[in-house]
Amino acid sequence: MKIACLIKQVPDTETRIRIKPDRSGIEESDIKYIVSPYCEFAVEEALRVKEKAGGGEATVISLGPDRVVEAIRTALAMGIDKGIHIDSEGKSFDSYATAVVLANVLRDRGFDMILCGKQAIDGDNGQVGPMIAELLDIPQVMIIERLELTADKKGVTATRRVAGGGKEVYEISFPALFGCEKGLNVPRYASLPGIMKAKTKPIEKLKSSDLLNGALPLVQWANYQLPPERMAGKKIEGDLAYQAHELVRLLREEAKVI
Amino acid sequence: MGLCQQPAKKLVTHTELVDRSQEERLYSMANYDLTPEQEMLRRTVRDFAEAEIKPVRAQLDEKEEFSYDLVKKMGELGLFGMTVSPEYGGQGVDYLTYCIAVEELARVDGCQAATVAAENSLGIGPLYNFGNEHQKRKFLPDLCSGKKLWGFGLTEADAGSDAQNSKTRAELKNGKWVINGSKIFITNSASKITAGITVQAVTGAGSEGRKEISCIIVESGTPGFTAKEMHRKLTWRSSNTGELYFDNVTVPEENLLGPRGGGFKQMMTTLDSGRLGIAAMGLGGAQGAFEAALDYAKQRKAFGKPISQFQVNAFKLADCALEIEAARNLLYKACWLKDQGRPFGKEAAMAKLYTSEVFHRVANHCVQLHGGYGLMEEYPAAKFYRDQKLLEIGEGTSEIQRIVISRYLGC
Ligand SMILES: Cc1cc2nc3c(=O)[nH]c(=O)nc-3n(C[C@H](O)[C@H](O)[C@H](O)COP(=O)(O)OP(=O)(O)OC[C@H]3O[C@@H](n4cnc5c(N)ncnc54)[C@H](O)[C@@H]3O)c2cc1C
Repeated sequence: MKIACLIKQVPDTETRIRIKPDRSGIEESDIKYIVSPYCEFAVEEALRVKEKAGGGEATVISLGPDRVVEAIRTALAMGIDKGIHIDSEGKSFDSYATAVVLANVLRDRGFDMILCGKQAIDGDNGQVGPMIAELLDIPQVMIIERLELTADKKGVTATRRVAGGGKEVYEISFPALFGCEKGLNVPRYASLPGIMKAKTKPIEKLKSSDLLNGALPLVQWANYQLPPERMAGKKIEGDLAYQAHELVRLLREEAKVI
Repeated sequence: MGLCQQPAKKLVTHTELVDRSQEERLYSMANYDLTPEQEMLRRTVRDFAEAEIKPVRAQLDEKEEFSYDLVKKMGELGLFGMTVSPEYGGQGVDYLTYCIAVEELARVDGCQAATVAAENSLGIGPLYNFGNEHQKRKFLPDLCSGKKLWGFGLTEADAGSDAQNSKTRAELKNGKWVINGSKIFITNSASKITAGITVQAVTGAGSEGRKEISCIIVESGTPGFTAKEMHRKLTWRSSNTGELYFDNVTVPEENLLGPRGGGFKQMMTTLDSGRLGIAAMGLGGAQGAFEAALDYAKQRKAFGKPISQFQVNAFKLADCALEIEAARNLLYKACWLKDQGRPFGKEAAMAKLYTSEVFHRVANHCVQLHGGYGLMEEYPAAKFYRDQKLLEIGEGTSEIQRIVISRYLGC
């Protein structure tokens, strides 16, 4: 069984985001990067599926600048067999361009199962997974919280939660793509033996410019700005009738939302 | 710091040393980068300590509970037998890598760091360095995986710093060692998973009026051998500390570790390396206490502003940051010397002494900055304050470190 997991390196959630003076992007110099948590679930799930299938090969793939090699190495230390780093060559990628590049890497490599996060926690777009599936013309299930290999190991049962506490259960045969949700698993730590073993695992280097096939990003970034500072709240006191009346008045006259 | 991954076991000749240092002068005057593997291990152990240890550290400490669950998890991470060759189930990394792991554990909890550091340096170290092939194959794999623990019994009720004064005796009778005596304060010796002890005993009269001292392996469960957990400690309350009694304990002659009469030298060698681990605990503890102090000082307001903005407090924090930086450089250099196969004893003693005294000062500032809350166990400051004290006492007190350093100076 051949499994691919797609991971993205994102700023740590504790990072204080600062905008570049020319507003063309965010200051990257003092950002601590982590693997997006949903992508970590994908890595862990790849390892579990491999263990349950009793063999196979898992590949981790990441698009980004040189620093993402660190994220790839971490996945290798967790137990993934090999890595592919697609150099972003200093360019920005929207969901579509990212999906095109990744789909072109995935195509023809014979992966049975492609795992990714349900979304990356920086842009929170949640589009790359479905777009890749579309480009490769394979089925996809996003936001899965359970994955069960079928007895013949030729497919899976995937469960996703839907509104109102309901669940959708899909039976899918390979090849297919899955977007992982929190609760699917608890990612393991990279152990010291794993870290030492990762040193000798191969990382293939590709260039994004060779993989775009003329596709262009559909999104252009005009500029970046921080959300406005949260203003102090207002507390309305008095009896209930007065509070309700005052609230409606403020919403109408001050906040102008109704 | 030009780091190698394998412990440099081979002793280096003088010419090689000169050649090597010239080569290094040409190519790397000083290189402070860690290897990607060391960086990754630091991240992993930090994440582990934050997620798995931090939530339970206060509770374990309060209950004086030794956590088998954490030992198991730390074993899975590969934190035992770190410098031992993979041939015996170890990880085969260098001392700097080992110290980074201990540092990260101690940043969150000195007790778990103690379990790991004592196990690597004192439990596993002597078996690996002085054991014969049979002994190594028999004991090391389970110890390196963290399934079992091992203690190093040196200190006695009446012989601590003055270890030469040990009273525990082992007599060879009909091809068997018969051991009588007791040991105290022995880390990892009284847990449910302790597989045995390396016990230092007087085995006869040596030369020049000195006693002949040897190390002997005693497995748990040997009749006459009892290990009792010690409680009501001020520090390291969730680390396992045992009091050991030997009442006609009889073990085969081949349980001797290394040559007969080699015990004192083995102890000195073990403690030299052990000091690096203890120093890493001091460094990590200081780092943890410093971060707690800085966070609190920035949040706590008095007289209308954060207390970190009063110069007296800001300067304290600046001093802490400075001393931690200096301590880290000293320890990493000592590790580097060891990993290069060069003499490192003086630097190891310096690092042990300095990091534990830095931790002492930082923990003191940390409590002071917390005011009354610093004295309450709800905040980590109090535990750092309690835990740091051990480091000025265990594996050679600060006074003994100064003796060691001054001897290197020819005093
Ligand atoms: C939690 C814990 C865990 C431990 N783990 C282990 C272990 O795993 N294995 C083990 O063998 N031991 C262990 N120890 C014991 C520890 O190493 C000793 O406590 C330590 O070496 C000091 O010995 P002592 O307690 O007998 O003090 P003493 O030697 O009696 O010292 C008392 C005081 O006198 C000072 N002093 C002694 N000699 C001199 C001198 N020549 N010049 C100036 N001052 C001097 C000392 O510095 C100290 O301040 C542990 C101790 C503790 C508390």
